[in-house]
Amino acid sequence: MRSKIATLLSITSLCCSIMISSQVYAGDTIKIGSFLAVTGGASFLGDPELKTLQMYIDKLNKEGGVLGKKIELVHYDTGGNPKKAVNFIKRLVKKDRVDVIIGGSTSGTTLAVAPLVKKFKIPMISLAGSIKIVEPTQKWLFKVPHTDRMAAAKVFADMQKRGFTKVALISGSGGFDKSGRTQSLALASKYNIQIVADESYGNKDTDMTAQLTKIRASDAQAILNFGFGKAPAIVTKNIKQLGIKLPIYQSHGVASKKYIELSGDAANGVRLPAAAIVVANELADNDIQKKVTMAYKTQYEAKYDQVSSFGAHAYDALMITLKAIKQAKGVDKKALRTAIERTQNYVGAGGIFNMSADDHMGLKEDSFKLLEIVDGRWQIVN
Amino acid sequence: MSDYILQFLISGITVGSIYALVGLGFTIIYNASDVVNFAQGEFVMIGAMSAVSFSIAGIPLIIAIIMAMMVTVLVGFALNQFAIKPAKGASVVTTIIITIGASIFLRGAALLIWGKDFYSLPAFSGEQPIHIAGATILPQNLWVMGISVLLVSAVLWFFKYTLLGKAILACSCNHTAAQMVGINVGKMMLLSYGLSAMLGALAGVLIVPITFSSYDAGIMLGLKGFSAAILGGIGNPIGAIVGGLLLGILESLGAGFISSGYKDAIAFAIILFVLFVRPSGLLGHEHQERV
Repeated sequence: MRSKIATLLSITSLCCSIMISSQVYAGDTIKIGSFLAVTGGASFLGDPELKTLQMYIDKLNKEGGVLGKKIELVHYDTGGNPKKAVNFIKRLVKKDRVDVIIGGSTSGTTLAVAPLVKKFKIPMISLAGSIKIVEPTQKWLFKVPHTDRMAAAKVFADMQKRGFTKVALISGSGGFDKSGRTQSLALASKYNIQIVADESYGNKDTDMTAQLTKIRASDAQAILNFGFGKAPAIVTKNIKQLGIKLPIYQSHGVASKKYIELSGDAANGVRLPAAAIVVANELADNDIQKKVTMAYKTQYEAKYDQVSSFGAHAYDALMITLKAIKQAKGVDKKALRTAIERTQNYVGAGGIFNMSADDHMGLKEDSFKLLEIVDGRWQIVN
Repeated sequence: MSDYILQFLISGITVGSIYALVGLGFTIIYNASDVVNFAQGEFVMIGAMSAVSFSIAGIPLIIAIIMAMMVTVLVGFALNQFAIKPAKGASVVTTIIITIGASIFLRGAALLIWGKDFYSLPAFSGEQPIHIAGATILPQNLWVMGISVLLVSAVLWFFKYTLLGKAILACSCNHTAAQMVGINVGKMMLLSYGLSAMLGALAGVLIVPITFSSYDAGIMLGLKGFSAAILGGIGNPIGAIVGGLLLGILESLGAGFISSGYKDAIAFAIILFVLFVRPSGLLGHEHQERV
């Protein structure tokens, strides 16, 4: 009998200890959930984003974590598919019980999960571009990348400075291109600019000279091309081929070395808005973003290939999250959300973030640098 | 207005000769086995990408091109040996589906080898545009057009005047009969896949300075090349060229005069109409029902 009681007792205590230890274990890690387009058409976004998250979380855990707790990344690959994103959000919240979410890579996936984020009351920082994510402001939803509207504004401001009033617009068929086109058309009149030609092309087209011939016949003083991938490089080459001497503006979608490489000589003189990370080397030493961009660039490039602004968005989202966790002294969702919303003067790779209750992105237009390509290299235009 | 039209025509011919070159690649395998090889676009991509890789590695352009063609021919042989041949006796439709599978496989392999980036080669003879009566054209476009003409002549000559070419055609007409008269059908198939791959690779190398290339460039080129071949009458090398040029010109005139957003729709609507009136394509033989 005594032995039986003893056994029972020991079993009970064992159970208790297991329960306690598992509780301690759960409390010991901070779970960050993410859903990114690591494969598929938008993989150029999701791939560097995930690499960045993994790299920095590993590094942080080696240094002892945050608030003495390890960080665990729970990630699902959406392939850019909004339906999958919806399922993954449910899984992240209900099954994995994450504390905060970073993602998705595309505006489509982010907007698809927005109602669920509201329902589950979980803070989420998106890495997608569309202005619709933060306008109107939604309580639990934040984003870090610049918007296409900011890019258009930056370009138009420079055009106005140079005295251009008539501009030809040419854009691609993708979501990014179309959204950029809409924003450009809406914003132009604010800068006294008239869009005198509005042409489009398919993103896989191999020749845009027909559209550009029409632009050549218009009375445009400059050309703005909103697009990414190889098409803007073909546009740039075609403009030169047709002997059009107008100044060319591109969007932040082509802010990569690849664009210069593909366009060759034709890229010289092209102006475009870009995040500071693209020109980390060229930034002045006293630039407030010099330190953070160089640090991220060096770390990323030591492990992977060339740095991109997309990975930098993931870096900013992670750093803002970690700062907020420290400020909230834990991962209580309400406190964490408030702490994210109160992000002030965070100098990130994308710019200086000042969030508020009405601004869940926190970047100003000046966080874009205006670049000109000179002799195949980026140069910052002041 | 007239220099407008001239520029549209030149644009159309430029794009069209690219489609034509890809379309030409479809002809050989079709002539040998009645199969439309949907991995043809991937041959173009592999040719372009490997030429870029060899060129980046410091190999002189001309040797890099030849090596790229050899690599692609090996891929063509492999496609025949490991995917088409084991399915011997399968229907044409089954074989076509196998080529679709192969194209997805090749695309995946290219993604692993070259990543997702775009690559380009320097133009063969500079990038200074040539002015013709108010319109402009790039020297590389002349290369594409010139070599297309040479290739189509060579393919025509091959099928019409060489024993090998005739043997390949015989395989398509009747496998069994061809075998009975002593033609090694297996060898002919291997040869046709190799030749077709070589043609694709050459097209890829020629166009990569203009269009750039990435692992998924084959999809669009394959589709447009296939449309060109169908429009001109599949199996007829001249048909592929005519179809390609026509498709290019339609697209460019559509973009120039009607709407750049709908240029593909305009071109495809016209193709559908043509096929409605002439199901075998513009230069295709009237379809004969085999009894």
